Amino acid sequence: MDKFTTHTGVGVPLKRSNVDTDQIIPAVYLKRVTRTGFEDGLFAAWRNDPAFVLNDPTYATGSVLVAGPDFGTGSSREHAVWALQNYGFKVVVSSRFADIFRGNSGKAGLLAAQVDEKVVQRLWDWLEDHPGGEVTVDLESRTIRAGAGEDAVEDSFDIDDYTRWRLLEGLDDIGITLGHDADIAAFEATRPSWKPVTA
Amino acid sequence: MGKTLSEKVWDEHVVRSAPGEPDLLYIDLHLLHEVTSPQAFDGLRLANRTVRRPDLTLATEDHNVPTVDWDKPIADPVSRTQVETLRKNAADFGVRLHPLGDIEQGIVHVVGPQLGLTQPGMTIVCGDSHTSTHGAFGAIAFGIGTSEVEHVLATQTLTQARPRTMAVTVNGSLPEGVTAKDLVLTLIAHTGTGGGQGYIVEYRGQAIEELSMEGRMTVCNMSIEWGAKAGLIAPDQTTFDYIEGRPEAPTGADWDAAVAHWRTLRTDDDAVFDKEIELDASTMTPFVTWGTNPGQGAPLGASVPSPDDFDEPTDKVATEKALQYMGLEAGTPLREVKVDTVFVGSCTNGRIEDLRLAASILDGRRVAADTRLLVVPGSVRVRLQAEAEGLDKVFTAAGAEWRGAGCSMCLGMNPDQLAPGERSASTSNRNFEGRQGKGGRTHLVSVPVAAATAVRGTLSSPADLAPIA
Repeated sequence: MDKFTTHTGVGVPLKRSNVDTDQIIPAVYLKRVTRTGFEDGLFAAWRNDPAFVLNDPTYATGSVLVAGPDFGTGSSREHAVWALQNYGFKVVVSSRFADIFRGNSGKAGLLAAQVDEKVVQRLWDWLEDHPGGEVTVDLESRTIRAGAGEDAVEDSFDIDDYTRWRLLEGLDDIGITLGHDADIAAFEATRPSWKPVTA
Repeated sequence: MGKTLSEKVWDEHVVRSAPGEPDLLYIDLHLLHEVTSPQAFDGLRLANRTVRRPDLTLATEDHNVPTVDWDKPIADPVSRTQVETLRKNAADFGVRLHPLGDIEQGIVHVVGPQLGLTQPGMTIVCGDSHTSTHGAFGAIAFGIGTSEVEHVLATQTLTQARPRTMAVTVNGSLPEGVTAKDLVLTLIAHTGTGGGQGYIVEYRGQAIEELSMEGRMTVCNMSIEWGAKAGLIAPDQTTFDYIEGRPEAPTGADWDAAVAHWRTLRTDDDAVFDKEIELDASTMTPFVTWGTNPGQGAPLGASVPSPDDFDEPTDKVATEKALQYMGLEAGTPLREVKVDTVFVGSCTNGRIEDLRLAASILDGRRVAADTRLLVVPGSVRVRLQAEAEGLDKVFTAAGAEWRGAGCSMCLGMNPDQLAPGERSASTSNRNFEGRQGKGGRTHLVSVPVAAATAVRGTLSSPADLAPIA
């Protein structure tokens, strides 16, 4: 996984709440056996609407998605994270993420930055006044910034310490756990005989 | 201070705990299916890693498989490749697989309990959010993403932050004709889709204790629909009776030792939950959704709400968008909403008890002329059991389509899908936009409401049906 320290990119306002993972990528697009190519399914139904934000050339290089509350609810499909990444997003900002989506993002290297609901609104307002404007997300200091001067937005975001550390260092989760192999083996030795096996 | 049930199960599985880090949790059972596993096996190959415990791993094919012509090659080449990839991965890494055509094939969350692999006090994960189903047995069970699937394959563990605990106590008894599905839909309308976020929820109280294992699975299945990490129910005699004698259940002295341990899996009297919710089952009625998330529901006897009924601006906007997508007018009685397709099945309501209930209502009746009813058993075993009881004859005599086992119309991935604008009453778990097919409109319902709706052609309960002459 690549290290994530700071990112600056075009902010994309997605003014919807409860954006579930079936909206992010419908099931019919989940048939690939690779981790790439899922951008074609990203927000597939909404992209038929010419007025949808991603169809606006202003946001063609968008990489910071600013969404309403309860982003990523529903299915556990990590393909939702891959679709966002394959499309070019590095960061999703929301006031509330579904647990599995947040976990998948941390594993795959997409930054899920949780902010107060008011910050989402301020970012939406700022992006409306500055279409195509850039948003900077600094994981080191846990801050998010847009613009300069009077209408600038600057606030902190939440991310748990462990995920932040792993993203900053670009660490392989499995490698870390395999370092505790002796602990796992010791635990396995204590499992009762009646626990079921599939073999 | 005592411990809650979920804390007991959690603590029994902590391999390693360090300040400032999530716990390293041991996984007792890892279930796999074709959609969320291929990239995980690829990751193992790239890193030259193996599956640590193939003997704690089980795979089946469910999401992407057809429910007709299951003995023929899968027609869609991309779907076929995905299924064949699972078969190759299972063979290469020594994982037990129940493929299409096998007698143990079916929806992964129906197969685990049916084999007796799902037992109290376990940790169970799968790359599928409805893994919460297994919590009905007093297990901590939750859905994971593909990176975590790879992590479990390689290490048989997961790093997990300890969730907070919540109790949902459902007092009283459910009235006749009101089911576990109505109970959980009522709960989600009460909490909203994010109300359970960050919590492991224990369902308790008289109404929960009175549920069969099938009903308990329906409730736990939908824990994820209000955002909970997992949902579980303390094991009791109903649980033990369900497990005893199943192929993978313990026997002899192992059975006695297991049950002795399972009886300790109860929340201590002096344990404290981080949050508590209480509901009264005796006031519950058949409940259906009108919107595009599982929290947008109302009693069947109510009318489609108006955006003006809500105080919060985000709720107003969400309602407006939902009504527009669903093609519904505010104020329309829900009983007058005409339905094109009825789907009985899924990991929520595709077990034998569900099919018996549907058949008891359809027996001697006909599906409405311009309505289609799909009945899809959750597993091959469920299909064979239903056929042994003659339920398939009841369904086909009523004009329903009797299908093979799989996820079917729950998720719009395999050939069973709604057409744009088509409206369904579905016993599944999600009414998201396009969930059952692009442009499809879904009303989540219980099994009795599904069966009655198929007969009348509009959202209905069995009480609305004319008696059989």
